[in-house]
Amino acid sequence: MNKLWLIIRREYLSRVQKKSFILTTLLTPLAFLVFFIFVGFIMSYESDEANKIAIVDQDNMLKKAIKDDGNTFFSFPTAPLDTLKAQTLRGEYNGVLVIPPLSDIQARDHKLYYYSDDQLSLDVESAIESAVSTRIREYKIATMNLDPQLVESLRTSIEIDPEPIVEGGEDISSMRSAIGAGLGFIMGIMMYMGVFIYGMMIMRSVMEEKTNRIVEVMISSIKPFQLMMGKIIGVGAVGMTQFLVWIILIPMVSVLVNLVFGFDAQQMQTPGMAASQMDPDDMQGMVMMAMQELGSIDWWVIIPLFLLFFIGGYFLYASLFAAVGSAVGDDIGESQSLTLPISIPVLIAFYIMMVSVRTPHSTLAVWASIFPLFSPIVMPARLAFDVPWWQIALSLVLLAATVVFFVWLSGRIYRIGILMYGKKVTLKELGKWMFYKG
Amino acid sequence: MANILELTDVVKTYQTTKAVDHVSFSMPKGSIFGMLGPNGAGKTSLIRIITRITQADTGSILINGLPLNDDHPEDIGYMPEERGLYKKMKVGDHLIYLARLKGLSEKQAKEAIHHWMEKFDISDWWNKKVEELSKGMQQKVQFIATVVHKPSLIILDEPFSGLDPINANLIKDEIDHLRSEGASIIFSTHRMEQVEEICERIVLINRGQNVLEGNVSEIKQRRKKNLFRYHVNGEISPAFLEGKEVIDQSNGAYTVRFTEERDSNLFLKTLVDAGVYVNGFEEILPSLNEIFIQTVQEQGMTIEEPLNTPL
Repeated sequence: MNKLWLIIRREYLSRVQKKSFILTTLLTPLAFLVFFIFVGFIMSYESDEANKIAIVDQDNMLKKAIKDDGNTFFSFPTAPLDTLKAQTLRGEYNGVLVIPPLSDIQARDHKLYYYSDDQLSLDVESAIESAVSTRIREYKIATMNLDPQLVESLRTSIEIDPEPIVEGGEDISSMRSAIGAGLGFIMGIMMYMGVFIYGMMIMRSVMEEKTNRIVEVMISSIKPFQLMMGKIIGVGAVGMTQFLVWIILIPMVSVLVNLVFGFDAQQMQTPGMAASQMDPDDMQGMVMMAMQELGSIDWWVIIPLFLLFFIGGYFLYASLFAAVGSAVGDDIGESQSLTLPISIPVLIAFYIMMVSVRTPHSTLAVWASIFPLFSPIVMPARLAFDVPWWQIALSLVLLAATVVFFVWLSGRIYRIGILMYGKKVTLKELGKWMFYKG
Repeated sequence: MANILELTDVVKTYQTTKAVDHVSFSMPKGSIFGMLGPNGAGKTSLIRIITRITQADTGSILINGLPLNDDHPEDIGYMPEERGLYKKMKVGDHLIYLARLKGLSEKQAKEAIHHWMEKFDISDWWNKKVEELSKGMQQKVQFIATVVHKPSLIILDEPFSGLDPINANLIKDEIDHLRSEGASIIFSTHRMEQVEEICERIVLINRGQNVLEGNVSEIKQRRKKNLFRYHVNGEISPAFLEGKEVIDQSNGAYTVRFTEERDSNLFLKTLVDAGVYVNGFEEILPSLNEIFIQTVQEQGMTIEEPLNTPL
């Protein structure tokens, strides 16, 4: 036990003290934010060339008032269409938009004509459509002598509020499933990344020990199984450290970025949309509701369960990666062919997880979250959706049994693999190693 | 003298090949013991069994009279043929780590390592990373790691392979020193000439089998071919050479063989009595290499790989 502790300590410290570790741990949250800002910037990027569009409004429906949209500038010149066309050809305008009179005030479709030698960009086209449509709506309301307030009241926004079916059950709001899905997705992604990043880290480190030839010195002092477990636990602790730092740093950095750049995360993710189409009161209401929902989630149940599944999934896959690392030595190509059978269940689980956050109680989601090769990734994604206790319990029991089995199995392969040199290893061979004596 | 190590009928099979085939030998406490044989003879397999890296299929292994158990690795220092260190670790930390895995406390480890580093005059390496050291330097570190926990049984597998002569001598000296402090040492090598003069006892292994075991000088005496080499000034009468087969003769240097055993003192006396000035005289004993080949041939076995193939 004491020796296992020594190995864990070395495996942990040797990684945590590395400059590269400190840098990635500290810089990743920053990189994430830079990435998101960058993506937001790209997504909200609009044509940067100024578009000058001449509008010929034959019935004066727009009343010469239309809002310029970003780089698109509208004007209402009085010159006749032919002159405007000539001016467009000379480059004074980018195009001429002709708005014919409405044939029928109740018409649902109206066709505009655009004269230009270049195609309208999608952005500009939708900007024109939305601006003109709004103005025509106002024009119709005015022409038909309708009360604008009455017209506005025709729009009804619908919200479905889930209510408990039994008296005294938990009353949740409609935000619950969205928040549950988001939370589930984040946990699923964390599991997925954790398994791959740290599994690979273990594999590389085992391969290095084998090529380094330190391994024989080591196992003359300790058992191969201790070495393997020490490595798995040590690297696992590294992963926990990294996650912990990120959990603390990411919100801190985002708050900081917010303060410094006055940068609104909400607006960035859905450029233009949230701000322009949503009533500020609604926004506030939604944020309030979201906060309330986040508060009502049983964190004290979800977080420990997530950790249990994380540990289970980590041990399961990490031990397999260790076994592969022990078998291949320094041959990267060979390691890839052997990691494939490990990666496939992880990938399948990942896709099931993505479906499960949308349909958390589907047959697929339920069984995948019980099947031990998938459960570490799928079950956390369902945790926010009131999963029945028997499913969680069954899933955990199966996972625990599978972890024990896989760790044992990997240990058998590992102890043979680390001493085997210069031999190309096949899956079949790995199978045989399991049955070798000491 | 009690035996530190006793192997009886040890067998180890890998799939179809018998790596160790009913090997038995014993090693007295405080001796330097040679485990010799060509590459692939099964020496490393035997060592891995003794160091508990693998387990024997059958047979018994006693250390100080006790069956091999989990406490024994702490009492064994093993320097494998394939040796390496963690490249990114600092020398001092690395040695402490390995020493602690052998059961030393942090304090004991530090003291012992400082002692050894001073001895090898490498105290200033403490904070150097292993990858900054040359190969020869790493071997010194490796040797310290092998002996730092004062094991009573030290096993060195091909200890001189890749070692420069200076380091090789350094290690030979330290081995002698450790023996004088009571340690027992096993040398395992295919380079038999390297250990002839150090080992008191040997076991010769071929194809997993123990072909010869015993005290080196006894074995040599038993296998001697009554060969003498002498160098004299002055003429020797042809009559003197009668009854001896002259194998080589040039400039007063003779190599002769008697058909039967001859006491070297008596022969030297006859030489002196013949009235010549004796410049040099020795009885030629067979080398371990020759003994090995001869024994193997006598037993009708084949040698797996040629001897003395440099690594």
